[in-house]
Amino acid sequence: MCKPRLAVFKFASCDGCQLSLLDAEDHLLAVADAVEIVYFPEATSHMEEGPYDIALVEGSITTPHDAERIQQIRKDARYLMTIGACATAGGIQALRNWADKDEFMQAVYATPEYIQVLETSTPIAEHVQVDFELRGCPINQYQLIEVIRSLLAGQTPRTPRHSVCLDCKRRGTVCVTVAQGTACLGPVTQSGCHALCPSYNRGCYGCFGPALQANLVSLSEQMEREGASKAEIAHKLKNFNAYSHAFRTESTRLVQLEGDQRG
Amino acid sequence: MTERKIKVETLTRVEGEGGLYVRLQGEQVEEVRLEIYEPPRLFEALLRGRPLEDAPDITARICGICPVAYQMSSVHAMEMALGVEITPEIRRLRRLLYCGEWIESHGLHMHLLHAPDFLGFESGLAMAKQFPDEVNRGLRLKKHGNQLVDLLGGRAIHPVNVCVGGFYRIPSRNEFQKLVPDFEWGLNAAIETTRWVAGFEYPELESECEFVSLSHPDEYPMNEGVMQTSSGDQIEISDYRDEFQEQQVPHSTALHAIRKTTGRPYLLGPLSRVNLNRDRLSPSARKLADEIAFEPECRNPHRAIIARGLELVHSYEEALQILRDEHSTRQPRVTYDYQAGVGMSATEAPRGTLFHRYEIDTEGKIVEADIIPPTSQNQAQIEVDLKAWVGQVIEKEESQAARLCENLVRAYDPCISCSTHFLNVTIERS
Repeated sequence: MCKPRLAVFKFASCDGCQLSLLDAEDHLLAVADAVEIVYFPEATSHMEEGPYDIALVEGSITTPHDAERIQQIRKDARYLMTIGACATAGGIQALRNWADKDEFMQAVYATPEYIQVLETSTPIAEHVQVDFELRGCPINQYQLIEVIRSLLAGQTPRTPRHSVCLDCKRRGTVCVTVAQGTACLGPVTQSGCHALCPSYNRGCYGCFGPALQANLVSLSEQMEREGASKAEIAHKLKNFNAYSHAFRTESTRLVQLEGDQRG
Repeated sequence: MTERKIKVETLTRVEGEGGLYVRLQGEQVEEVRLEIYEPPRLFEALLRGRPLEDAPDITARICGICPVAYQMSSVHAMEMALGVEITPEIRRLRRLLYCGEWIESHGLHMHLLHAPDFLGFESGLAMAKQFPDEVNRGLRLKKHGNQLVDLLGGRAIHPVNVCVGGFYRIPSRNEFQKLVPDFEWGLNAAIETTRWVAGFEYPELESECEFVSLSHPDEYPMNEGVMQTSSGDQIEISDYRDEFQEQQVPHSTALHAIRKTTGRPYLLGPLSRVNLNRDRLSPSARKLADEIAFEPECRNPHRAIIARGLELVHSYEEALQILRDEHSTRQPRVTYDYQAGVGMSATEAPRGTLFHRYEIDTEGKIVEADIIPPTSQNQAQIEVDLKAWVGQVIEKEESQAARLCENLVRAYDPCISCSTHFLNVTIERS
C-alpha cells in the first residue's frame, strides 16, 4: 500500500510550529517512516507537486501572492490542517488589522513600495475550507503527533477545548489570580500547554486562543475589579490570537466602552 | 555570447522562505541576488504603544528557532533603559539558557540541515537510513538543547519564563542536577560530532569578508561585550547604529547591512565568533580545535559547520559547569520603576549578532523599536561570496550548479523568518 503523502507549507510566521515536528525527536523517524514526506522545504530538498493526503499549513495570509497560493494548496490537499496561532487566528502580525498598514510599512521600510502586502493578516480559514485547526503559539508537538496519527488511522482528530484553569487544578498549581492578584487569561484560554505560565509563576497570556464557551465579559469585569483599566485588558487580548473571534469581539467592546466613557 | 540564468525557486533546509537568482553573460557573473520573499510581519511597528514587558514575549515570535536570542537582546536593552542591574546569578542562568539554544540550533543545523549536503542526501531524514548512528546522535543532542530551554524557559519554542529583570521562577537545584548525566554524555557526543564533520570533504573557497562578532575579555561571547572586527576595530554597542547600516534593496523583503566606514558587507556567526574568540572557547573545545587543526582564521564559509561543532562542545561544557554548581536559593528577578529612556543590546544568536534598541516612556510603554537580525546583516556578504562561488561552479550542468549554490547559502544557516525570508535558485546565462 502507498504511504500517505504529507506536505508542510509556510505562510507569514516564525517557523516555530513546523519546527515542532522536527523537535519531536523521539517520534520523528517513526513519523517519517509512517508517511511519505513529499514537501517540507524546512526539512528536505526533495519536493513533489500535489495531490497530497495531508497538508499542514503554518502562517497567516498577508500578501496577494499568498492569498492565491493557498487556493492551489487547498485544491491539492485531501485534508488541510492548519497549525498554530498564525494560521488559525492571523498571528501577532494581525495587530496591523487595527492599524494603518501603510503607516506600519513606512515605520519599518525606507521604500515600502518595493513590497506588496495586504491590509490585513488573516487566518487560513478566511480563505479556504480547513479540515482541522491545531491551536497554539507554538503548537504542542504531542498534539501534532496525535492529530497526524488520528488522520492516518482514519479518525477525526480531537484536541481538548476546556480552559487552562482546569489544567492548573489538575497539576495542583495555586491560582495566580486568587493568591497573588496576577492578571491571567487562563479562564478563557484553551488548554494545550498544560497550564505552563501559572506553573512558572505568571499569568497565562493566551497562546492557545479562546476556549470553548469562554466568558470574556465576565473575565474583563473581574480584571477591572482587580484594578486593570479597559485599555489594559484590551491589550492583553490583542496578542498572538488577537484576531480570533472571541478575543477580537471582547477587545473591540472594551475599546468602544472606554471611548464612550471618555466621550 | 549567451545569457544564462540560474534560479532556485525555493531554498530548502533553511528557516523561512527565499530564492536565489544568478545571471551570467558568457562566463562572466553579472548579478547574484538572494531573494527573500518572506512576507514582512512589521514587528517594529506593532511593538509601539505596548508595555515594555511584552517585548520578550512578542519578539520571541520573530523566530521559532532562536527565540532565546530575541528574548535576551530585548531584556538587556530594556534593563539598560530602566537602569536595572541584574545579579551575577541571573546573568549565569541567562548564559545557561543561551547554551540550550545554541545546542538545539547547532545540533539541528549540523545534522538535519547541513550534513546531508556533504554526504549527498536530500535531507537528514533520508540520511538516517545510511547514517543511523549519526542522525540519532544529532537528534539526541538537539533534544538536550530543547530540554535545557524547556527547564529554564518553560518550553523550547517561545519560552515563557524570561522577563525584564530576570526570570519568573527559578527551577530547583534538583531539576538542574537531573540534566547532568545527559550533558556529560552530550559533551563527548558533541566532540565526536565535530570530529565527524571535520572529516568531510570541503570545496575550496576563500571569502574576502570582514569577520564581526561580540567579544568579551573573559568569556566566549554570548550575551554581552563589544563588537570586534577582524580589521581590528572595537565598537561599543551604543555606537552600533553609527557603524552598521541597513539599506533596502528592491529584490528582498529583508534589509541589507554594510559597514558605514568601508561601505562593505561583513560576516556574522560561528565562523566569525571562533575566528575572533578562539582563545576563550572552553578547554575541551579549544583542545579539539587544535586536534582537528582548524585554521586560525578560517575563510571558507563551507567550513562554518566545524565552527558550529566547536561551539556545540563549548556550550555543553559551559552548561555542565553551571548545572553542577547551581544552587537556586536567590531571588528570581530584580524589580524596577518606570522611567523614560533609551536602551540597546546585542547578543549572539546561533547564526550571528542580534541588535535591539528601544525607546520607552515614563509609563513603561514602547515608543520606538529597532531590531537588526543576523540574517539581514549577513545577506549582502552571502551575495558577495556566492558571486565568487558561482564563478567556480558554473561549468557544471545547470541543476548541479544550482544545487551547489544552494549548498553554500545553507552553510551560513540563514534564518529567513527573522531576516524576514529565503531560497530558490535561478541561473540566467546570455
